[in-house]
Amino acid sequence: MAKRCVKVYPRFERFWHWAQVVLILTLLFTGMGLNGVHSALHFGPAVMLHTVAALALLALWIFATFWLFTTGTWRQFIPKIEGMIAVARFYAYGVFRGEEHPYKKIFWRKHNPLQAATYFGLKWFVFPAIWVTGIAYLTYNIWAGSVAAPVAWITAIANAHLLAAYVIVAFVIVHVYLLTVGHGFRSHVTPMITGYDTIDLTPEQEAYLETNEPGRLKPAE
Amino acid sequence: MPMSRMTILGGVLAVALSGAAGAQQAPAIPGSDSTADHTKFEILKQDFKSGPEVTAACISCHTEADDQMMHSIHFNWDFDHPETGQKLGKRNVINAFCGSVAGNEPRCTSCHAGYGWEDMNQPPPQQSTAVDCLVCHDRSGQYTKTATGAGHPPLDPVKPGTTTITGAPAWAVDLSKAAQSVGMPGRDNCGNCHFYGGGGDNVKHGDLSSVLYDPPRAVDVHMSAEGENFTCSTCHVTDKHQWDGSRYAAHASDMKGTGKPGQRRDVATCQSCHGNTPHEANIMGAKLNDHTDVLACQTCHIPEFARGGVATKTWWDWSTAGKLKDGQPYHEEEFTQSDGQHLHTYLSTKGNFRWEENVKPIYAWFDGQVEYTTGDKVIDPAQVVEVNKVKGERGDGRSRIWPFKRMEGRQAYDSQLNHLVFTHVWGPTTDTAFWTNFDWGKAIDAGMKAAGREYSGQFDFVDTHMYWPITHMVAPAEQALKCGSCHSEDGRMVGLAGVFLPGTDSNGIVGILGRLLVLATLAGVLLHGVLRIFSGRKGGHHG
Repeated sequence: MAKRCVKVYPRFERFWHWAQVVLILTLLFTGMGLNGVHSALHFGPAVMLHTVAALALLALWIFATFWLFTTGTWRQFIPKIEGMIAVARFYAYGVFRGEEHPYKKIFWRKHNPLQAATYFGLKWFVFPAIWVTGIAYLTYNIWAGSVAAPVAWITAIANAHLLAAYVIVAFVIVHVYLLTVGHGFRSHVTPMITGYDTIDLTPEQEAYLETNEPGRLKPAE
Repeated sequence: MPMSRMTILGGVLAVALSGAAGAQQAPAIPGSDSTADHTKFEILKQDFKSGPEVTAACISCHTEADDQMMHSIHFNWDFDHPETGQKLGKRNVINAFCGSVAGNEPRCTSCHAGYGWEDMNQPPPQQSTAVDCLVCHDRSGQYTKTATGAGHPPLDPVKPGTTTITGAPAWAVDLSKAAQSVGMPGRDNCGNCHFYGGGGDNVKHGDLSSVLYDPPRAVDVHMSAEGENFTCSTCHVTDKHQWDGSRYAAHASDMKGTGKPGQRRDVATCQSCHGNTPHEANIMGAKLNDHTDVLACQTCHIPEFARGGVATKTWWDWSTAGKLKDGQPYHEEEFTQSDGQHLHTYLSTKGNFRWEENVKPIYAWFDGQVEYTTGDKVIDPAQVVEVNKVKGERGDGRSRIWPFKRMEGRQAYDSQLNHLVFTHVWGPTTDTAFWTNFDWGKAIDAGMKAAGREYSGQFDFVDTHMYWPITHMVAPAEQALKCGSCHSEDGRMVGLAGVFLPGTDSNGIVGILGRLLVLATLAGVLLHGVLRIFSGRKGGHHG
C-alpha cells in the first residue's frame, strides 16, 4: 500500500457538487422567503428565482444521473452495512476519545458507509420528494381540473415540499459540521475544489493508474 | 336640493360652456368616420321645442331605434333575473343610497333615457317619442336634463335655481344644435348619469367618477387619452341598443377569450380583447396566467378604486337624518377630498356620511349573479342586512375572486314585518317627503304607498351592506397589485374561503415542525462540537 495523491473527484463531479450548493442554498433562501420566514425578497422575484433555480437543479440532476450511470460512479453511492456501526460508534463516542476515523478512503469507495447511506437516502427519498412535490406545485393548473379537491391536494403537496426542504436544511447543517471532524474542515473541503486527495493505493491500483490514467496521479513525493 | 358637489360642478360646467360658444366641447370620439353629416339633414334644421320633437325627427329615419330602445334596460329599468327569477332593475329594487325610485320619480327619472316617466307603478311612457335619443347621442356637449324633470331637458326660459342631472346650475339647451351634432356616445353621454349615481360624483360605484371624462393614464389605462382613449361603448358593446355589462347578471369569467377572427361583439369582458392567457410568454407570465382560474382580471389590475381625486361614499347612516338646528336643516363638511374640496359628512336630509379615496376593495368569490333583498324579503334585523348578495364559490366552474366596493350604512325597515322599506324622500311640494318635512313616519308611509307595499306603520333602522363589483379604473400594468399584496401574512385575501395562498401562513404545523427539526439538528451539532472541545480533541487524528 502506498499513499498517493489521486484525483478522486473529476471535474464534472466537482461542478455538480458546487453548482448544487449554489442552487440548493438559493432554493432554501428563496423558499424560506416564500414561506414568510424572512422578507428579504419580494414574493414575485422570490418565486421567479426559486423556479429558475429549481429548473436549473433538475437539469443538473438529469446530467448527473446520466454521468453516474455512464461512468459507473453510481456504485460509490450504494450503501453497505459493513463498517457502518463502526463509523456511527466513532461519531457518538470515539471522536471524543481522540480515536482515529475507522474508515479509510479507498480508490473505488470514497464515502464512508454512513455517508454513503445518507447520500443514498437523499438521492432516493428526499431529493425525489422535493422535486416531485415541486413539479406538482409548479404545474398545479395542469392537473387541478382533474382531481376532486384541488385545494386539499395542493395544500398536502405544499406541506410535503416544505417538510422535504427542512430535511435538506438539517442535512446541510450536519454535512458542513462533519467536515470539521477528522482531518479538519480545510482538508475535507480541498479535494472537492482541486479534485485530489491522498489515499491508500494497492500496488495494483497504483500500477494501473500509472499505466492507464497517469493524469489522475500526482507524481509520488 | 342638497348635493355635495353641486357648486364646483356648476363652476366647471359654466367654464366649459362659456368657452364654447359654437365650439364643440364634448371630447372627440376616436374614429368618428360616419357617412352621415347630421347638420345637412333638413328635418333637423328646425326650431325644436321639446325633447320628444327631436326624437320624432330621429325616428323618421332610424325607424327601429325607438323600438329597440324600448326593449332595453336603459328604458325599462326592469330586469327579470334569468337565474334567481328575481324582478330587479331600478323600478323594483331598494338600494343603500337614496333607497328607491318609487315615491321619488321625477327626481330619479331625471336620468331615465326617456321623457316623462312620473309613476313607477306604470311602465315608462310607451309612445315612440318618449325615448330620449339625445342623452346618449348628443355630441354638442350642451344637452342635459334637469335634475327633477322626469327626463326632460332645461329649455329657455330656465327657471332660476334649476340644476342638471350632474348637479350643475341648468342652462337652456339648444335642441337644434344638439340634434345636428349627433354621433356615437362619448364618455360624457354615459358619465353624466352613471358618474353621478347615488346623488353626486362617484357616490355610488366608486369606480365611476367624473375623473373618467378625461382620466390620466394612471387612473384608467383604457379611457385615458394618453392610453387607449376608449369611450364606454368601446367595451360595452351593443346589439340593437342592448348593452353588455349587467351588474345583476355579470360575466364573472369568460372562457371564450377573443373568439374567432374578428372581435367578439357580445360581451364587455377583459378577455374578449385580451384573451385567456394575456400575460407575456415567459416564466412570470405563465405563473400570472395560472392565476386566471381563480382571479378576475380586475382583482390585480384595479388595485384601488376612487382614484384620481374624487372620493366615493362608503358609509351612509340614514338613522341620524332629520336633526335640525333652530328648526332649520343644517350640514357638516368634515371630509376634505385630495383636491381640497370639502364634502358633506352630515346633512339633515340624509344623515351621516363617510367618504374614502383610493380605496382598497374587499374580495369575494363571484359567479356574476346578484341576489337582492327586495322589498318582499324578510330580514333579520339582528344581523347586518345584505342589500344585495353576491353569489359564487370556488369550484363552481365559473366564479372568480372579484374586487368589490362595500357600501355600509343604516337604513329604514319595517320593524313589525321585517322588510326593507321604500321611502318618499324627494317632494318639495308634498307634506310627506322626508327632505321637506323631516318626518320618517310620513316619508315611509308615503313611500310604501307609492310602491304599493304593505306597511305595519312601525319602523326602525338596520345595518346594511351593499356590494358594487369594481371593474373600471384599470391601472397600467406596472401599477397592478404585486404578488406580495396577497401572498403575505396580512394579505388582501385574508379570511376568504376556498383559497390556498402560499406565503400567508408561515406558522403552519409543517413549518413549525420543520423549524424544530432544524433547531434540534443545530442543537445536536453544537452539543457534539462542545463535547469534542471539552474532551480536548479536535476529532480523530491520524497521529
